[in-house]
Amino acid sequence: MATTLNRLHPKASSDSTVSSALQVRVRRTLTSEDGSFQLDVAFALEKGITILFGPSGAGKTTLLDCIAGLTDPDQGQIATGARVMFDSEEGINLSPRERKIGYVFQDLALFPHLTVEANVAYGIGGLKAEDRKRRIADSLESLGIADLSARRPAELSGGERQRVALARALVTQPSVLLLDEPLAALDMPVRMKIAEDLRKSIQSLPIPLLYVTHSRDEVFMLGERMLMLERGKIIAEGTPHQVMSAPRSETVAQLAGFENVFDAEVTSIHEERGTMTCKLGERKVELETPLVRAEVGSKLRVGVSAGDVLLATSAPVGLSARNILPGKLVSLWQRDMIVVARVDCGVEMSVHLTLAARDALQLSPGRPVWLIVKTHSCHLLG
Amino acid sequence: MDWQAFWLTFRLAVIVTAVLLAVGLPLAYWIAFSRWRWKFLCEAVVALPIVLPPTVLGFYVLIALGARSPLGRWWQSMTGHTLAFTFEGLVIGSVIYSLPFAVQPFAAAFSAVDRRLLNASAVLGVSKLRTFWRVILPLSLSGLVTGIALTFAHTIGEFGVVLMVGGNIPGVTRTLSINIFDQVQDLNYAAANTTSLVLLVIAFILLSVVYSFNRRSWSLWPRP
Repeated sequence: MATTLNRLHPKASSDSTVSSALQVRVRRTLTSEDGSFQLDVAFALEKGITILFGPSGAGKTTLLDCIAGLTDPDQGQIATGARVMFDSEEGINLSPRERKIGYVFQDLALFPHLTVEANVAYGIGGLKAEDRKRRIADSLESLGIADLSARRPAELSGGERQRVALARALVTQPSVLLLDEPLAALDMPVRMKIAEDLRKSIQSLPIPLLYVTHSRDEVFMLGERMLMLERGKIIAEGTPHQVMSAPRSETVAQLAGFENVFDAEVTSIHEERGTMTCKLGERKVELETPLVRAEVGSKLRVGVSAGDVLLATSAPVGLSARNILPGKLVSLWQRDMIVVARVDCGVEMSVHLTLAARDALQLSPGRPVWLIVKTHSCHLLG
Repeated sequence: MDWQAFWLTFRLAVIVTAVLLAVGLPLAYWIAFSRWRWKFLCEAVVALPIVLPPTVLGFYVLIALGARSPLGRWWQSMTGHTLAFTFEGLVIGSVIYSLPFAVQPFAAAFSAVDRRLLNASAVLGVSKLRTFWRVILPLSLSGLVTGIALTFAHTIGEFGVVLMVGGNIPGVTRTLSINIFDQVQDLNYAAANTTSLVLLVIAFILLSVVYSFNRRSWSLWPRP
């Protein structure tokens, strides 16, 4: 699949000497419910997937709109290689039509009255009928939607629609591809499967891709690099592993999916086992965590995702997990399809349960419980 | 039944509808998409014929078409006769009178097209004109049909402006609605009844087309 897509970009793949990097320097005032703030970012993207990650309202979509030319920055410069698309000082501002940027919108924005084939063909004009036809056929083929070509968007599944949107953007041979939460509209069960398909399709494109998401799973599945955006500023960048496993701020930690963040102190180091033991807070609670470069007595922070913690109603035996913490159930509340249990085991910890688990265990506040945390579910934060 | 008046009315309605399609589409596009801050003034002007008495509108059109106005003088120098009390004058008066019935449905339909589709079209490098033909117009079909049918029906049924601008010249400016007025004046109630019934049936058929089309277009392309 990936190799056929490369055929759509013959120029870019053979011409690696000319930098086709996307350079962005954008400043723009945004207004949100809690006052206005500045979108103020500067970065360069080489070819490959870069994840733009951050909470909703951080300015992610506005940033994409600035790059695509749908919104004007107050100030800055946007260019791919030597091609300047926006420059506030030079007074350059190409219209979206002239920018040659592929954009897969959050809601996909497929044309409801056109067939799949007409949607994909929509953006390519000025070619000989024959070339045009071949390019459309290639693109439908490579994304596996050729047999859907006569259908309209309303007759497609979420995943199929998503591929049509991708084909429509790629067939124009853009110099940059922007994807704004392309999987957000999909149901959770199919989402990971489609994310995998998407990765295969876009991974080896010889252009810079900027992929917006606020799903942690998508970050790890798709990204080679990531930018973390919070209230208009890039607060972290690097590989997903670097950024997500060593979040430098509380917000990042929570975004990265660590509902539980504790101050900790290293009490002992087990070089030979690759682990160490940390004391949480002022309490006597101890956690075995993966070994990082630290000394006994170092202060650090430990993040644990609420979904990575198991809960038992009797003391478990014969488990591989190294951390078994006795405690008491403090509260239970339901958020959507997830039950959040707060457990006091010296420190308070959140645990995510399914509705079925809550009913089967007949949980109620005050009940003694045991929390089970694998060593590698304890993430050491910087 | 006065067939001369019938065909005259039909011809007038067809021409006025065609003119309003040509004038109304760009005007409606501008109203739907312009960000000019005084746009509301233009919208108010377009809507004026809905609230003005036809005699007021007819009076001003008559003055504007007359030999003393620049338009009237120019027309006279081109053709040798004045616009007032001619079929051409009637077309101009009717176009102005029916303007909101075309422009408002068109503009409402254009505004209802999802802006994100227009953004998608722009990012794909497609010009505004092509976007209009390929996205805006197809997705505004029901508004288009509504505007055309209302314009047609409204032109057939107008009375005051026709009387003011066109007078009552058989074969030139005597339309069906004027015809009914004449028949009643002559106490020819049977003829008035026939003509009235014809107008009633035409109006009903046109409105039925509008409503049935609005329903059908929704079930054809349900929004995803």
